[in-house]
Amino acid sequence: MQRGVKEREMTTAQMQEVHGMGHRIKRKEDPALIRGKGNYIDDIKLPGMLFLDFVRSPYAHAKIKSINTERAKALPGVVAVITGNDLKGLGLDWIPTLANDRMMVLPTEKVVYQMQEVVGVVAENRYVAADAVGLVEVEYEPLPVVTDPFKALEKDAPIIRTDKGTNHIFHWEVGDREGTDKIFKEADVVVKQDLYYPRIHVSYMETCGCVADFNPIDGKLTLWMTTQAPHAVRTVASLVTKIPENKIRIISPDIGGGFGGKVYVYPGYIVASVASIITGRPVKWVNDRSDDQPSTAFGRDFHMSAELAATKEGRILAVRIKTISDHGAFHGDANPTKFPVGLFSICTGSYDLKNAFAEVDAAYTNKPQGGITYRCSFRVTEAVYAIERMVDVLAHKIGMDPAEIRLKNFIPKEKFPYRSVLGWTYDSGNYEAALKKAMEKIGYAELRREQEEKRRRGELMGIGISSFTEIVGAGPSRDFDILGIKMFDSAEIRIHPTGKVIARFGTKSQGQGHATTFAQIIAEELGIPTDDITVEEGDTDTAPYGLGTYASRSTPTAGAAAAVACRKIREKAKKIAAYLLEAREDDLEWERGRFYVRGSPDRSKTIQEIAFAAYTNHPLGMEAGLEAVDYYDPPNMTFPFGSYICVVDIDRATGQPKVRRFVAVDDCGNVINPLIVEGQIQGALTMGFGTAFMEEIKYDEDGNVYGGNFMDYLIPTAVETPKWELDRTVTPSPHHPLGAKGVGESATVGSPAAFVNAVVDALSSVGITHIDMPLNPWKIRKALEEKGLAVDA
Amino acid sequence: MGKKMHISVNVNGQAIDAEVEPRLLLVHFLRENLNLTGTHIGCDTSNCGACTVLLDGKAIKSCTFFAVQADGREITTVEGLAKGGKLHPIQEGFWEKHGLQCGFCTPGMMLAAVALLQKNHNPTEEEIRRGISGNLCRCTGYVKIVEAIQYAAEKMREAQQVEAPVR
Repeated sequence: MQRGVKEREMTTAQMQEVHGMGHRIKRKEDPALIRGKGNYIDDIKLPGMLFLDFVRSPYAHAKIKSINTERAKALPGVVAVITGNDLKGLGLDWIPTLANDRMMVLPTEKVVYQMQEVVGVVAENRYVAADAVGLVEVEYEPLPVVTDPFKALEKDAPIIRTDKGTNHIFHWEVGDREGTDKIFKEADVVVKQDLYYPRIHVSYMETCGCVADFNPIDGKLTLWMTTQAPHAVRTVASLVTKIPENKIRIISPDIGGGFGGKVYVYPGYIVASVASIITGRPVKWVNDRSDDQPSTAFGRDFHMSAELAATKEGRILAVRIKTISDHGAFHGDANPTKFPVGLFSICTGSYDLKNAFAEVDAAYTNKPQGGITYRCSFRVTEAVYAIERMVDVLAHKIGMDPAEIRLKNFIPKEKFPYRSVLGWTYDSGNYEAALKKAMEKIGYAELRREQEEKRRRGELMGIGISSFTEIVGAGPSRDFDILGIKMFDSAEIRIHPTGKVIARFGTKSQGQGHATTFAQIIAEELGIPTDDITVEEGDTDTAPYGLGTYASRSTPTAGAAAAVACRKIREKAKKIAAYLLEAREDDLEWERGRFYVRGSPDRSKTIQEIAFAAYTNHPLGMEAGLEAVDYYDPPNMTFPFGSYICVVDIDRATGQPKVRRFVAVDDCGNVINPLIVEGQIQGALTMGFGTAFMEEIKYDEDGNVYGGNFMDYLIPTAVETPKWELDRTVTPSPHHPLGAKGVGESATVGSPAAFVNAVVDALSSVGITHIDMPLNPWKIRKALEEKGLAVDA
Repeated sequence: MGKKMHISVNVNGQAIDAEVEPRLLLVHFLRENLNLTGTHIGCDTSNCGACTVLLDGKAIKSCTFFAVQADGREITTVEGLAKGGKLHPIQEGFWEKHGLQCGFCTPGMMLAAVALLQKNHNPTEEEIRRGISGNLCRCTGYVKIVEAIQYAAEKMREAQQVEAPVR
């Protein structure tokens, strides 16, 4: 008996050491990064490596009359100049996009957006390449430009994609149109609001780039590239180029932020690869910021017209949204095939509605490709923004408190799993608990009293709530694929004889901390300390196949795969333990890190002892080794949620909004590493803040881009960024092996509505019902002037 | 292009002589010529601060500085922060407090912080936020970066107190 107690103490100590679920351990990836020993794309240097730079179009829409590369070619140090016609000979002037559209790599006839790549120049170094770019002469004949998607869809609009003959990309709709219309016709109250979600750019700190290295002897192309989805790129590249898939190796090294912008395929990757094949030398391409920002994928640009129908008591009955989405010149979204508008059908939000209908028409314009990026969970940002904004519009219209109307309409916790009218089965939730916790933490009632007083004094203070429901973890193979490849993800876990682990995944961290988080999952499941576990991702020659990291899918898919693979390993370990202990398998109990014989806990074998035996003393007839692979096909999506409350004060002289407080209560199910989860939320809140107040890429009628570099495109610095106050509730996912849900995008999805709701709440007493993001001081000052509220400084 | 010029610089305590093009940016000199790739390039308009290094102890953006301007001067890059295998307190702080995610802004951010802490041993949160306002981070939301710098400030003050009686 005494011995049993001792055993227990020992294993408790061991359990603390392994750093499984829930531990705030320091990250395994940091020792290299804090020493400047990361390995980002521009850090890769190969012998004889050349540099690729691009001539870019000054016009948004223009016919190419001629290209003269002679002077560039004559410059000492220039090795090759590549035009669209060179690519045409290889069948690579156009390539398929992830959305089953096509995109130009380099143009042969016309350019379709400003800053489009026109000619590739390959030289001994980046300085000579830049010199040569200036020597290429391109003669253009400007064509009529369309940058407004509404105008693009008009009958007589200039056609951007001559190969398509129309600017209309697709029409998509979801829900019950007639049923919803009927509710709207009969409802006591209907509110309607146009909501523009502006065009923004993820602005990862590291721009896109690659190093292409074609080996002419074995015919193998190795491509180090800034990609979030290396396997998908390899397969598509093989299908397009006919290079056998075993002769393409994609390596995604350390990535300096991705946020969805590095899922897309850009011309630079293709041209660098072709250049390496042509020259027989490695070729590097790295975008300058002022080239990257205006030519790589944007996010959003979504023109919504949203309506809610409700009873006069504030019971929300239905939502109806009509949208025009701007995709630029190529439809390149990495969307699941079945969902051309991503998961926008989560637009019923956290509410128990009777009906809903949404429709989207997508347009080509003279802008670069994009739409799905910027940490959006496949258009969930737009959906959440629409419903959360509209709930406030309704609350103001009927004079109901925004918290009260939410509490009244939330899906009650007893109704989970909950089937939404648009067809999703929400796995778990407790929305009331999250909102009430946020209200308590921020002191909601007291703030409303303060607001009343301030209003009497003419001061502008607003309180904004957003009670979002996310949908992440794509996804179940019955519904989710990209270009036909199912959206499972994978883990391959191998235990060495001495009990140390190598684990490889089909996902690819870009700062999310997978090396740490996934090690913690393995530590939890196998009782092996995280220090003994090496996690690798991003090399298609070694990692198991997976669809990559975006849309908060890594923990729901690859994280689950890790848990399941560990459980497979445990099954085999149990057989070995039974053999070593001369016990029946049925008599063995698992506790973290060891099997013991039920009733005699001193008869045990640790996972490390079992691993050694798996290579040195395994049962006759059993396969040697201790490893497992799992391709995890999730049974459902996961539905993280939360409630955010923002308090904002507005300066009537300058129009400057100041976020005084922001409380974020998140629920992502069971937490693997709280430190990392906090970091994800704080970072995403800051991106949401940037979206709401600072960021926008605009175009004038001639297609000139505004916001195409870091002088014009403002992202938050430490000075503007509010001091976030975090808290959480824990409602585990019932179907995920660890009860986890995914968290990377909750705050970019959830926060913009809270900011805008707060600003509009501050201005609502004078009849302002909406201002489109970004809520910069200029716009707010203008609104104040219109209402006679502005004062001079 | 252009005639090369001779420069003598001290980088992370090491004297270096080199022949460089006058137009070569300091950041490219560090990354390409010296293989010190810890100094990153995040933009081309001096906004992001990923390329921040110390020039005679002061933080500068090495993308807006020619290598020839560094002639006769001392440069510290992220590779020069740890001494004798021991992390600098700022590196410890970033690791302890989860002050980095993708890590791309981190070297520049740490050097901006070191420059701040050399001037101000006990900065307030507001002073820290101002001190790193020339450095952009897209991952962390700055909260844990501020905590990391506070951690380093405390460690550096403690170290000074220990050293003080010896002097």
